[in-house]
Amino acid sequence: MAKSKIETDHKLDVRMFITGLALVALYAIIVSVLLSLGVSTVLVIVIAAALIFSQYYFSDKIAMFSMHAKEVTPQQEPRLHEIVDRLCLLADMKKPRVGVAEMDMPNAFATGRNPNHAVICATRGLMNRLNDEELEAVLAHELSHVAHRDVAIMTIASGVGMLAGLVSRMALFGAMFGGGGRGGKGGQNIVLLEMATLLISILIYIVSFLLTMALSRYRELAADRSGAILIGKPSVLASALVHITGDIGKIPRTDLRKTEGMNAFFFAPALSGNSAATLFSTHPSLEKRLDQLNKLEKELNG
Amino acid sequence: MGLRDALFGRTKQVAPNLDNLFALSTAALTLQSELDLVPSGEAGLCFKSGSGESTITTDDDIKQLLDFDETTNKVTLSTDDLGFKWLVVKDPDFEALVTRIHAADTSMVEHQLGPRLLCAVFGFVPKTPPGEGSVRLVYLMKQGTFYPFAPTGPSQRNNELEIRVRSFLGTDLPIEKDLTRWMALWNVPVN
Repeated sequence: MAKSKIETDHKLDVRMFITGLALVALYAIIVSVLLSLGVSTVLVIVIAAALIFSQYYFSDKIAMFSMHAKEVTPQQEPRLHEIVDRLCLLADMKKPRVGVAEMDMPNAFATGRNPNHAVICATRGLMNRLNDEELEAVLAHELSHVAHRDVAIMTIASGVGMLAGLVSRMALFGAMFGGGGRGGKGGQNIVLLEMATLLISILIYIVSFLLTMALSRYRELAADRSGAILIGKPSVLASALVHITGDIGKIPRTDLRKTEGMNAFFFAPALSGNSAATLFSTHPSLEKRLDQLNKLEKELNG
Repeated sequence: MGLRDALFGRTKQVAPNLDNLFALSTAALTLQSELDLVPSGEAGLCFKSGSGESTITTDDDIKQLLDFDETTNKVTLSTDDLGFKWLVVKDPDFEALVTRIHAADTSMVEHQLGPRLLCAVFGFVPKTPPGEGSVRLVYLMKQGTFYPFAPTGPSQRNNELEIRVRSFLGTDLPIEKDLTRWMALWNVPVN
């Protein structure tokens, strides 16, 4: 079959590549900072790696647990299963487990360390608010996250931030208790070195956080794109987005704060943004997403 | 999906596999001799319509694209409750039926609509009713495999009969090994 021209968006590729590259560069900086610290680095790396790995390895269980989501059988939720069945066969991918979270906030997420251990989950509110076609569009977006291995990629990305945070904490500890006991010029140098490490680590943490957020937003746009192409109707995904995001703004913040930690996996972010929204949010703005879907719709219309 | 596609968050559209459709002729003979099931004379093609000119939007477009003779009134087009289009062909000659479905598939692939194809369904009914009930053979376009679907009610299927069909057709057809892919097509418009 001739390759369709709509499958790639080179500008999005370039932006994602640059973001990814910047993260890799950060890794290099962190490693050199760690090496300058000496022996304790081994322990730091082991702890950080173990934390990151378990977060990645148990991502499906952690997400399901913190969302109070339960896996459902085709008998319990025939509609949801039917839609996921068809999408998976269209995209020729393994069917993930299907879950439902009994909450009124309309949202969906997909997680799991790889496509074989993936779980796709919709909230009751989402199923109540959207019609079947829109629900299908949202699920196609989530399945794209699974296909793109976004859990692995976002774990690696946020792992960098976690590593940086650990380094800065270690450095702070070293500066306070390590420096005092030693006298002379050598001790002074060590204190200075550790202070520098601390400052660098904090800087790295901030930058890596911003980059992770940027990467997350690009992954969302990529999933929007793939999902829209899979269902063939970008306008339906756009309409689903408008419904969900419009409703989310009306729900009180106090109820939503509990789900804050889940933002990176959500279809629409749980907290409505404000001034710093663009830099710090895990999801692109509604305008950006609608804009992209609109362009895609035009491309499809040739 | 390759590493590069994963890194850039891209999904390649999947092209359908039409190679195994013609294996149905021998399978039909086996079904008749072993389970007393004969072709119902109906077959259907299920696909997802998209937006835009590069895809098909109206029923007329589809009929024109698939070059069907409307005067014979053998072809109907409907949309199911999940928004998928069903093209149902009627022809008492089973070989001709398979050929027409294959031709329709090929025509859609030529128009770059291959990724939109979901499955093709062929109906089989008991030769001496009531028999054991009717069975549909579903061909999964992307996987290139078949599976039997034997609905007995609005949301019930005869799994026992389906497994027996599988055991008889295992040598004739590539049967879908992953049972989770044996999708239930309730309200399938093909008899």
